[in-house]
Amino acid sequence: MLELIKQPWPWYTSGIVIVLVMAILLFFGKSFGFSSNFRTICAACGAGKNVKFFDFNWKAQTWNLMFLIGAIIGGFISNEFLSNGEAVQISQATIQDLQAIGFAAPQGLQPEEIFSTEALFSLKGFLILLGGGFLIGFGSRYGGGCTSGHAISGLSNLQLPSLIAVIGFFIGGLVMTHLLLPLIF
Amino acid sequence: MKFLKFILAGILFGIVMSKSEAISWYRIQEMFRFQAFHMYGIIGTAVTLAALLTYTIKKYKLRDIQGNPIIFTDKEKSVARYLIGGTVFGLGWALIGACPGPLFVNLGHGYWPILVAIFGGLVGTYAYGLFQNKLPH
Repeated sequence: MLELIKQPWPWYTSGIVIVLVMAILLFFGKSFGFSSNFRTICAACGAGKNVKFFDFNWKAQTWNLMFLIGAIIGGFISNEFLSNGEAVQISQATIQDLQAIGFAAPQGLQPEEIFSTEALFSLKGFLILLGGGFLIGFGSRYGGGCTSGHAISGLSNLQLPSLIAVIGFFIGGLVMTHLLLPLIF
Repeated sequence: MKFLKFILAGILFGIVMSKSEAISWYRIQEMFRFQAFHMYGIIGTAVTLAALLTYTIKKYKLRDIQGNPIIFTDKEKSVARYLIGGTVFGLGWALIGACPGPLFVNLGHGYWPILVAIFGGLVGTYAYGLFQNKLPH
C-alpha cells in the first residue's frame, strides 16, 4: 500500500481531493482562495498603517494562514514519507523543448536551474525568483484571485470575471513560456 | 483547537498537490506547451466536481456547521482588472512554475530558495495596495 502511495498519483485523484478540501472549507463557513494570504501577511506586518488596502481586520483571516501552514506541512510530509524521489515523468516533447533553452531532463520534482541554492546565489537566479514572485503577488491581487479563487472557486460558480481572469492567466503563461523564457534562459 | 481543521485541510491540500505533481515547474511548462493532458485533467476534474458541489449547495440551500447558509458572492463586473491582473499573474506562474498555494507546498519540500519568490509575492501584493487607485479596474 505504501509503495502505491509513494508513486505519483494519477491526475484524477487530485481534482477529487482539491474539491474535498473546498467542501471542507465551505462546510466550516470559509471559501477556497489562497492568494489572499499575501494580503493578510502584509496587513499582519503593519502595512495597514501606511496603505488603506491593508487596513482591515486581518485576524479574521487567521484560518487561511492556518491552511497555509498546513500546506507547508503537507509538502514536508510528502517529501519525507510519501515520495520515492523519482523524476517527474513529463512528456518527451517538453523535455526536448526545455533542453533547447538549456534545461537538463528532470532529475526530481523541480529544476536545479531555478530552485538550487547555486541558482539562488547568482544575480540572475535571484532576480528570477524575486521578479516571478512579484508578478504572482501583484497579478493575483490586481486580478482578484489566483488558481484556487478564480479557476476553481470562480469558474465552478459560473463567474464571467473568473473566466476572463483565467484567459489572462493563459495569455501571461503563454507569453512567458514561448516568448520570454527563451530570452531569459 | 478551532484552527486544527484548517491545518488538516491544508495538509491534505499540500499532499495531493505534491503527489499529483501539480507543484512541479516541469508540469506547468508541459501545460503551457500543451504537451500533456495531466494538468488539464487535474483542473478539469476539479472545476467539474466543484461546479456540481456549488450547484448542489445552492439548489438545496445547504448550511455550514454553524447553521448559516453557504453563500457564494458574485465577483464584481469588470474586464480590465481581470484581464490585466490575470495576465501579470500568468507571467509569474509560468516563470516560477507555481501559483500561490504551491509556493508554500514547495517550501515544505525544502526548496528554500522559493522563500525569495514568496517574499516577491508579498512585495508585489504591497505594490498593488500602494498603486491600487492609479490602476484601471
